[in-house]
Amino acid sequence: MQVPAPFDYVRATSVANALELLERHGPEARVIAGGHSLLPMMKLRLARPDWIIDINDVAELHALTEEPDELRVGALTRHAELLDSDVVGRLFPIIHDAERVIADPVVRNRGTIGGSLGQADPAEDLTTVCDVLHARIVIASPGGERVVDMADFHRGPYETACEQHELITEIRFPVRPRAGSAYEKVERRVGDWAVAAAGAALWMAEDGTVADATIGLTALGLEGPAVEAAAVLIGERPSEDLFAEAADLAAAASSPIEDQRGPVDYKRHLAAELTRRVLGRALDRAAHPAVA
Amino acid sequence: MTTVEERPAREANPSATAADRPIGFGRIQRKEDPRFVRGKGNYLDDIVLPGMLHGAILRSPMAHGRIVSIDTTEALAHPKVHAVITGTDLEGLNLAWAPTLSADVQAVLATDKVRFQGQEVAFVVAEDRYSARDALELIDVEYEQLDPVIDVRRALDPGAPVVRTDLEGRTDNHIFDWEAGDAAETDAVFAAADVVVKQEMVYPRVHPAPMETCGAIADYEPIDGKLTLYETTQAPHAHRTLFAMVAGIPEHKIRVISPDIGGGFGNKVGIYPGYILAVVGSIVTGKPVKWVEDRSENLMSTSFARDYIMTGEVAATRDGKILAVRTNVLADHGAFNATAQPTKYPAGFFHIFTGSYDLQAAHCKVTGVYTNKAPGGVAYACSFRVTEAVYLVERMVDVLASELGMDPVELRLKNFIKPEQFPYANKTGWEYDSGDYEPTMRLAMQIAGYEDLRREQAEKRARGELMGIGISFFTETVGAGPRKHMDIVGLGMADGAEVRVHPTGKAVVRLSVQSQGQGHETTFAQIVAEELGIPPEDIDVVHGDTDNTPFGLGTYGSRSTPVSGAAVALTSRKVRDKARLIAAAMLETRPEDLEWEKGRWFVKGDPGAGKTIAEIALGAHGTVALPEGVDGNLDAEVTYDPPNLTFPFGAYICVVDIDKGTGKVHVRRFVAVDDCGTRINPMIIEGQIHGGLADGVGMALMEFIGFDEDGNCLGGSFMDYLIPTAMEVPDWETGHTVTPSPHHPIGAKGIGESATVGSPPAVVNAVVDALAPFGLTHMDMPCTPARVWEAMQGRPTPPI
Repeated sequence: MQVPAPFDYVRATSVANALELLERHGPEARVIAGGHSLLPMMKLRLARPDWIIDINDVAELHALTEEPDELRVGALTRHAELLDSDVVGRLFPIIHDAERVIADPVVRNRGTIGGSLGQADPAEDLTTVCDVLHARIVIASPGGERVVDMADFHRGPYETACEQHELITEIRFPVRPRAGSAYEKVERRVGDWAVAAAGAALWMAEDGTVADATIGLTALGLEGPAVEAAAVLIGERPSEDLFAEAADLAAAASSPIEDQRGPVDYKRHLAAELTRRVLGRALDRAAHPAVA
Repeated sequence: MTTVEERPAREANPSATAADRPIGFGRIQRKEDPRFVRGKGNYLDDIVLPGMLHGAILRSPMAHGRIVSIDTTEALAHPKVHAVITGTDLEGLNLAWAPTLSADVQAVLATDKVRFQGQEVAFVVAEDRYSARDALELIDVEYEQLDPVIDVRRALDPGAPVVRTDLEGRTDNHIFDWEAGDAAETDAVFAAADVVVKQEMVYPRVHPAPMETCGAIADYEPIDGKLTLYETTQAPHAHRTLFAMVAGIPEHKIRVISPDIGGGFGNKVGIYPGYILAVVGSIVTGKPVKWVEDRSENLMSTSFARDYIMTGEVAATRDGKILAVRTNVLADHGAFNATAQPTKYPAGFFHIFTGSYDLQAAHCKVTGVYTNKAPGGVAYACSFRVTEAVYLVERMVDVLASELGMDPVELRLKNFIKPEQFPYANKTGWEYDSGDYEPTMRLAMQIAGYEDLRREQAEKRARGELMGIGISFFTETVGAGPRKHMDIVGLGMADGAEVRVHPTGKAVVRLSVQSQGQGHETTFAQIVAEELGIPPEDIDVVHGDTDNTPFGLGTYGSRSTPVSGAAVALTSRKVRDKARLIAAAMLETRPEDLEWEKGRWFVKGDPGAGKTIAEIALGAHGTVALPEGVDGNLDAEVTYDPPNLTFPFGAYICVVDIDKGTGKVHVRRFVAVDDCGTRINPMIIEGQIHGGLADGVGMALMEFIGFDEDGNCLGGSFMDYLIPTAMEVPDWETGHTVTPSPHHPIGAKGIGESATVGSPPAVVNAVVDALAPFGLTHMDMPCTPARVWEAMQGRPTPPI
């Protein structure tokens, strides 16, 4: 059994209480939600917080609300709950694609969307999904709350706009018509971190051309969406050639590193291959939306 | 005799009443499972002794370094720390180095140098596990980093750093050269052959990764000098003897208890430094000391498996008659030669690499070397390197099939040893006991629908899709072994069994072998039941406690049924013979006038006049006037020295689909037809096979302990060392044939490792077959998506 270094533990009762506890316990306090990133790091003694502030009792963070123009997901929503949600599957099939390949059922039962985004692991799937869906992140501070775009929120590996004294409270996904989205990951084994993954969303115009598009890559050394790759799609009528062009641009935008999961050229190949696949599936879903 | 059955004769019937359950061999549910499924197993870490302290090991952060100094002052000042032990302290006790199972020594705690990342450097004993771990950080070790030997191909280069400077006169990293077969004869056959194929292949370093890691609790009682040692061990008796030899504690004062074991696969054969440190900790503190390693410690420091670089060659005629095989192997044994195998065989039983084929000649040479990696080598259900041997020959046969343009099944069928050739003396010194290979191969083809699969493959290839069909036909050599040939550190490889029938006719059987999940409590009860007619549920199986069981070498190399199973059968027969004498006295007739039917002796020609085993047991313990020389009990004991090994075999067929765009391999089907001789409990056999097949798929597709150039272990957690899940394996399709062993009392051959041994080549052969359109004839394991994609680009690379 791997055992962590000594720490103290406190349960927050509300967002305001959590913020107060963060203030009180200073820079070496860490918020714990699902714990599936923090606890392994603590057991390996790579993380050694003095205080653990447990937010699992904070009911206000645990909600899934469908509004006419957006879906609001509380930061404490578990992966398994996103995967079980028909609303999520209908509006954003990319989330279900991604959730199906995030770790394993045990992790999905505990891990949360807020925790995943806050951890910002470079091989983490939901950051790409949120990029692709133009999600906005609500961050609570002692002075009030602010809403930031993914571009401002995600600053790089393990780095976000959420400061030490702040708390991610909600993720808001804008709902737009004629949308389709998809995500695909290559992993060495179920539950492994991604070798590479890609996600895409298409919003179609009434004339059948692409009104808007985003493409995101996971574990491929690209921060934020593949903007140039998506740009070639806009205003165009979808075709295999068009998707292949976008896929090549996505690969060109990637800058993977070699590791035990594979060499650079393989990963770059995957950037193109997976982008092509998710664009095709996103288009298909835009054309044949799931019935609620 | 070989019988071919497509489906088990008797399906599991959980609701069967007692009357339906077989008394003897057959499909019955495992007697041990109620406690496991209810969470009532008793594993090492479940054991809590009064006043028990906890140990933790400080390990080397680097692969090779000189220890300049160790300062334990701060750790000792920790309020909950009772002791801190270093190599220097052990030197004072003459315990800094311990003998390995391969005539080498291994550092218990490093004194001069650290030789692999994760090597044991210091041991802390504290009041709880947390404090022990905290105190490790308070120990200050200064190292002088040395160049490590990581690339095994460079280990013998002149000028390579010398790993074992502790061994006097040692100037290089060479451990041994070992050969089997006739080199000159083999070379002559190769020189005259029409066709010779050659392939270098790597069987990479993998790890058994049992679910339960290794650990020990030492309880040294200073007043009577008795050591009770709870250990995760597959071989409690061998450990007792070795502890007596190593620690100088008299053997009668040592009791080794091996409780429920959560998987071993060879990982729990050897004596690890942590076990010795727990003993030292208990002696020093006067209290019981528990030490349980964590997952990373298990993966980084305990017995790995394989790590063979093999260059194989096959000589054949143009029409597909295999004439000879030869191979050169470079074996990475890590920093200490700590493999567990019979003394005469430093490469284990690798010389079974002649496989299932009738050859004119064969020769192998294995060179073992030291590197700055964790020690080990024989582990992970490998039957003493039979795994490597089977992989080599079954991969080479496919390479030859590809060269000849022959179907790999056809090539195998053409070269099988014929049934009338058994017992078959192969060219490297084995005598295969029995076999009838073709029906087994044909049954696998029939279950798989082999011709249809080939048709489907042709259609898919025409469409550019990648589908592969892989064949493996393996012959193992298990159940080591005859004492005239085999020992481990001087101990003959025999096993004992003791059967006692209580006065009421219930029985207890005591074993020297120890289950790690194989179902011994059921299988061995069934052997007694078959021989004596006592229902299995009325027979208690005792194992894993040296004070309560007869001596023997333990469970590994698929030897429990071949060796201990024979001991139990013969012991039961001794009981039966004795029962005959007592029954004759009870029936007032002569023993030779009695006839046996399962559970009962009766008078020939008068079936109504007889005595059951229960009646005889009561008679033995009662007031019956016993014949001269017959003791008043119904007990017996046997130590079994096997006359030969047993040679289980099987035919495996794997079907894979490969995603051309990602390189991802999907194992679609896996057909396994096994022949382990007489089948004691088909359900347990199938369970063993299912588990072994999953192991094999894991090794073929993902398992790999890698190292960077500095010697940092890259497989030190389950994030990096991947083992397969239910999602990576198909529904297994199993079948069987039965070719009993002629020299085994019940004809059983052992099944524990067949699937682990036989399946990796089937998977790799399927992957290579799928990639044949790319001109590929070989790729090394693990067949990860990236490595498969690289092979598709024309650059298959070895993993090391």
